[in-house]
Amino acid sequence: MGLIEPKFLQNRAFCAVERLLRRCHGGAVSTLFPAGASRPKRVALFVTCLVDLFRPSVGFAAIKLLEDAGCSVEVPPLQVCCGQPAYNSGDRATTRAIAAQVIEAFEGFEAVVVPSGSCGGMISHHYPALFEDDPALKARAENLAARTFELTAFLADVLGLQKVAARYDGAVTYHDSCSGLRELGIKQQPRRLLASVEGLTLREMTTPEVCCGFGGTFCVKYPEISNAMVGEKSADVAASGADTLLAGDLGCLMNMAGKLQREGSAVRVRHVAEVLADMGSLPPIGEAESGKSGAGR
Amino acid sequence: MQSTAHSFSANVAAALADPNLQDSLAKLKVGFSERRRQAAERLPEFEALRDRARDIKNHTLANLDFYLEEFERKVTALGGHVHWAPTAADARRIIADLCKSVGARTIAKSKSMVSEEIGLNEHLESIGVEPVETDLGEYIIQLRHEPPSHIIAPAVHLTKDQVADTFFEHHKKLGFTKRLTERNDLVAEARYVLRQKFIDADVGLNGANFLVAETGSSMLVTNEGNADLSNTLPRMQIVLASIEKVIPTLEDAAVLLRVLARSATGQESSAYTSLNTGPKRDGDLDGPSSYHVVILDNGRSSVLGTKMQDMLRCIRCGACMNHCPVYGAIGGHAYGWVYPGPIGAVLTPQLIGVEEAGNLPNASTFCGRCESVCPVRIPLPSLMRHWREREFERHLTPRPVRQGLALWAFFARRPKLYRRATALANRLLALFGRADGRYRSLPLAGGWTRFRDFPAPQRGGTFHAQWTRHGGTRTKP
Repeated sequence: MGLIEPKFLQNRAFCAVERLLRRCHGGAVSTLFPAGASRPKRVALFVTCLVDLFRPSVGFAAIKLLEDAGCSVEVPPLQVCCGQPAYNSGDRATTRAIAAQVIEAFEGFEAVVVPSGSCGGMISHHYPALFEDDPALKARAENLAARTFELTAFLADVLGLQKVAARYDGAVTYHDSCSGLRELGIKQQPRRLLASVEGLTLREMTTPEVCCGFGGTFCVKYPEISNAMVGEKSADVAASGADTLLAGDLGCLMNMAGKLQREGSAVRVRHVAEVLADMGSLPPIGEAESGKSGAGR
Repeated sequence: MQSTAHSFSANVAAALADPNLQDSLAKLKVGFSERRRQAAERLPEFEALRDRARDIKNHTLANLDFYLEEFERKVTALGGHVHWAPTAADARRIIADLCKSVGARTIAKSKSMVSEEIGLNEHLESIGVEPVETDLGEYIIQLRHEPPSHIIAPAVHLTKDQVADTFFEHHKKLGFTKRLTERNDLVAEARYVLRQKFIDADVGLNGANFLVAETGSSMLVTNEGNADLSNTLPRMQIVLASIEKVIPTLEDAAVLLRVLARSATGQESSAYTSLNTGPKRDGDLDGPSSYHVVILDNGRSSVLGTKMQDMLRCIRCGACMNHCPVYGAIGGHAYGWVYPGPIGAVLTPQLIGVEEAGNLPNASTFCGRCESVCPVRIPLPSLMRHWREREFERHLTPRPVRQGLALWAFFARRPKLYRRATALANRLLALFGRADGRYRSLPLAGGWTRFRDFPAPQRGGTFHAQWTRHGGTRTKP
């Protein structure tokens, strides 16, 4: 880092994360595999821009889960964003430039794991078609697409992980983020893993598969429609009776957390990776780190 | 039909503030999607049928000229006439001329979205011909001078009480002086009023779900049977359809019908499937003495052979809008023209111009639920994205969006600079006071914070800053 970090900002949360990790790591190795499963060893983490900026603990949770499952995890330094803001705004040239950058950054890893169905879907479903006129890059894009996995799908489907060593005392409801669900077929994987978390019960919403209204830039370009959509979602969350809302995409989570908190809801919102990695005692999304809650009104 | 797609924002605001509409949409969202899900589950080969339906339409579109000419040959051999209408104005003129040729005073219409597309009713009224909509939903909105808000349920935006008020107001003069409140009573009254209209009509005009090239038949599905009356009672029959409605054979129609009703309403089959094959023959007891098919292009042929061609597979079942959370929030009128929902967001820019309808393909989260239920597997989000790309290329994307995107792209394409920028952003956000864990308002983020709190970043800097600080590995014990 080129910028000097002011002392007062240094890192209490990170220390908390670190302590948690150390505690977990010091304990017995927590993962069970079916015998003889062959597993990729050298894995790259695609952090995603939102996790990088707003909730690093999701990235650390992903690393813990992967390491506990026997992978060695690297974080290629030249990664930024998957390019969706440009792609979904119709800026194909920028999308291609960013995709080429991602392809370059993640060359050579056995697997690329993403704690987001949206970014994972972008890489594995949309990258190859960006390079129809460039066979060499298209081949590399296809190669990357085949190696790229959403986190819970990688743990459950590729590594065959059956259970995690985690405890979470609460009733959780799970929102199926759109790209993960419909582009990558992620539905049972997070639920199967959550079922192994001690103390956790799952209470489904009526329509967990309906969009929360985030949609990237959609939520600020069409705020009224987005608000109507997330309003319905928050009502569905409330009706489920759960005290915690989980999902696998930070964008959706920030949208839903923001709405729930504006409405005064006490529901805690977390990324599924955090609960699976036994980091469920971190402050929820949008809640103060001191434990104090409630935005200034 | 006059478009209001350009004032999408105002349309949206009005829709969200309309309690009757919101009431109706709440029912629609649950009802249609649940019925479709159950219908699909009951049919083990449903997914395979969707593939076949897609393939039939793809094959037809690849050979569209052949099948259209084949259809024309068959209709002509049966004693009917095919009229080619390159534009909406051509279609209006052809139909008006046909009406004049028999001195028509009233025309009984069965469901046709294409007639909405070409603004037929207004045109007929202007030349002194009274069009009477005979589909119940279309009849209701005709009385109210409203456009349809859904392609198969045109009055779905209305509550039963609104319909009761409308009938009470308009049927008084026909001697119905009681305001009805029961559904069945309302339907019975409409049936009674419409029966005489069928008998009086000089011309019957229907849309078509399919034009069958093999036999020269037009096919229309309804749940009310109104098409059978408007087909057979008047002396002249006009079928109005667009070019992509042609399919090769009756066998193909059977496949498409099986996915159509299930996708639309969750029925195994619509209550009525009407086939019309030419005018009344010698010895037939009834039927029209003249039979005309008006086939409209209106810009469709220009997408043949392009990436956008997939939009022409649409069989107008409405499943995309029934499952669309945006449609579910704002209803059909907000889209501002004939075709709402995801298919409207794709079709409208093609038919009336992306300058007019540019908001529609942008007002989507790309949640993909439309594509997941489309019976002919139209990749609706991809097609919406194509429109966004065309808007971007033509500098139609709003300036703030372009500028924001350019600024973001500048950093996103320079990872090292991006790290510094995000570290700075992280710190700036901290300056706005993250003690509460979230912000109730934030500069430049009004679109978000008007309705939602904005979560503050975790303490400790960005992920990459922490990762670098700790030597590129997660700290181990």
